[in-house]
Amino acid sequence: MKQLLILSGKGGTGKTTVSSALIALSGVKAFADCDVDAPNLHLVTAQDIKPNTSNYYGFQKAYIDFEKCIKCGLCEKTCRFNAIHYFSVNTSECEGCAVCSEICPVNAIEMRDYSSGKLMLYSSNDITFSTAKLKTGSGASGKLVTAVKKQLKDNSRNCEYAIIDGSPGIGCPVIASISGVNMVLVVSEPTVSGIHDMKRIIETTKKFGTKCAVCINKYDVNESKSNQIEEYCNSIGIEVLGRIPYDKTVSMAVNNCRSIAEYPESPASKSIAEIWDKIKNILF
Amino acid sequence: MKIALPVEEKTMNTPVCVSFGRTPLFVIFDTESGEYEFIDNSAAASQGGAGIKAAQLLEDKGVKAVITFRCGENAAGVLKPAEIALYKAVDGTAFDNIEKFKVGELCLLDEIHSGFHNHGGKQ
Amino acid sequence: MQIAVLSGKGGTGKTFISVNLACVTENAVYVDCDVEEPNGHLFFKPEITAKQPVSVSVPEWDESRCTLCRKCMDFCRYNALAMIKEKLYVFNEVCHSCGGCMILCPQKAITEKPREIGVVETGKSSDVTVLTGYLNTGEVSGVPVIKALLEKLDGSSETIIDCPPGSACVVMESIKKSDYCLLVAEPTLFGVHNFQMVYELVKQFKKPFGAVLNKSIENDNPARKFCEDNNIPVLSEFQYEEQLAELNSEGLIAVCECESYAQKFRQLLSAVKEAVS
Repeated sequence: MKQLLILSGKGGTGKTTVSSALIALSGVKAFADCDVDAPNLHLVTAQDIKPNTSNYYGFQKAYIDFEKCIKCGLCEKTCRFNAIHYFSVNTSECEGCAVCSEICPVNAIEMRDYSSGKLMLYSSNDITFSTAKLKTGSGASGKLVTAVKKQLKDNSRNCEYAIIDGSPGIGCPVIASISGVNMVLVVSEPTVSGIHDMKRIIETTKKFGTKCAVCINKYDVNESKSNQIEEYCNSIGIEVLGRIPYDKTVSMAVNNCRSIAEYPESPASKSIAEIWDKIKNILF
Repeated sequence: MKIALPVEEKTMNTPVCVSFGRTPLFVIFDTESGEYEFIDNSAAASQGGAGIKAAQLLEDKGVKAVITFRCGENAAGVLKPAEIALYKAVDGTAFDNIEKFKVGELCLLDEIHSGFHNHGGKQ
Repeated sequence: MQIAVLSGKGGTGKTFISVNLACVTENAVYVDCDVEEPNGHLFFKPEITAKQPVSVSVPEWDESRCTLCRKCMDFCRYNALAMIKEKLYVFNEVCHSCGGCMILCPQKAITEKPREIGVVETGKSSDVTVLTGYLNTGEVSGVPVIKALLEKLDGSSETIIDCPPGSACVVMESIKKSDYCLLVAEPTLFGVHNFQMVYELVKQFKKPFGAVLNKSIENDNPARKFCEDNNIPVLSEFQYEEQLAELNSEGLIAVCECESYAQKFRQLLSAVKEAVS
């Protein structure tokens, strides 16, 4: 199964807008939202379907048995993550290293499975949509991203290709979403921040040797910056597939739980359709 | 020589698993005796570094070659110093791949991807 | 006083609010905790006065002391250690610096050495002190960089913290010592959905908070409705204006370019101060 991943580096450049439009335009049967910290794609792609939800146990965290504890304080002193205070574990700080449970002189500390989020699978006759939501303030987002992609794969074995909405940034969840994909589309915007972050995400993508292309969203907010993006991309041999104008229909569409592709006459939708045609040539 | 393949099920007709580090099982095949065994991949449930642990498992079993679709940077970091050769799997069953290996029809895996980096803990 | 500026979603204008707020605050310290994608410096263009590398500890193996017992390797929950042909290999990128291998080794064959994962830059832009954290590309956790940033604060000046987007651990780290949380919301359903998550986070941390509505467009604003429904005080509202979008895209600071914005941000600052006192 070929996989197209949409990334942006910076948040708010229109990653989910572009992803949801590509999903609608292409009629793809398998798709996923890997922005497990702040998933949004379901708001516009799956509002009528009830998901199958399962608890996600990312890893283990320490648990102190109060009855056994002799309050020696060795665990608190040894913990590198400052996760133990007054003989109890702060689960949001615990990284599950198990040092405390190993050194406890009375074996009062055990490692227990910890639910760090929920995996959701939306499936109907013709689509499979995999997503997840990390518990507020939980870690292990990278591993959850891998679980989202695995859930997608396991449930869409006969699909020719899949479209994946990635997460912002360049850290662990992004690295987890890039691995194994065939092509990355970077959604950039013509602002100093947008350009700065686009460069960082391209650098990250390059490390994986994945095919990469760029599109410019809200290009007319600052055309000279848009030209700058094109010049930069040309200089490093990355193709700019198209420019999408700032279009108020986009937020209207979102607020009506619709993808912009459902407004085919809107300027943004037209440009994304052209971008999809070019993606097809690269992906297949 | 012992060769190992990541596989989905305990049969020679199972396809090769696309993941190396998180495959549920490995089949270890001895090309001299023709004997084989399935071992559980204890690394599959790791919160991170699964490729490292899986590779260590094979090194400890005395494996000299691995047939796989993909191999992450971390796993390669173990397999390389362990002098375990990496061959690229082809579509088909574990049995098919072993047969192809025996007659020298498999290519070396030169494409190492940068891994899934499934770190547990924070971020 | 520490004011943390948060948003559930990227691109809502967190940096816009933080940078401008810092500019109307006397002798402010601006801290960019969005270490994966720090952008504040693009506006301040600070003169860099100091660079400090941020390191984490990783194990170092002393072959001469090792008896190949493998205790360290078997213990490591992150699988950061491997033993091949009687040599210990350390996989730095997956190490969480828990220190377990070093503590457990019966031969004391493991010590620790620093490994650089990012940098903290200190700079000055007119009277604003600008602290920027950078996480190296390919690194997974920004938490140590954020810790290093916040350690630099002595509490003597008014501080504005530009947080990473979302509600993950890096955000929790950034707001730990804040006196007030300013939540930035944009008027789309996506925005509200993510806003709700940071709203839950600040409630969980029991921090005083208020909202700023950004990029408002005519009529329907689901973000405003959410604030009304949940009794969240709205301290300020910014309309989507082409002029503002352009200033921002050029990396210009609105309050320095236009007195009406300066006035608005001064009002916002006093509203925050009032809420804290």
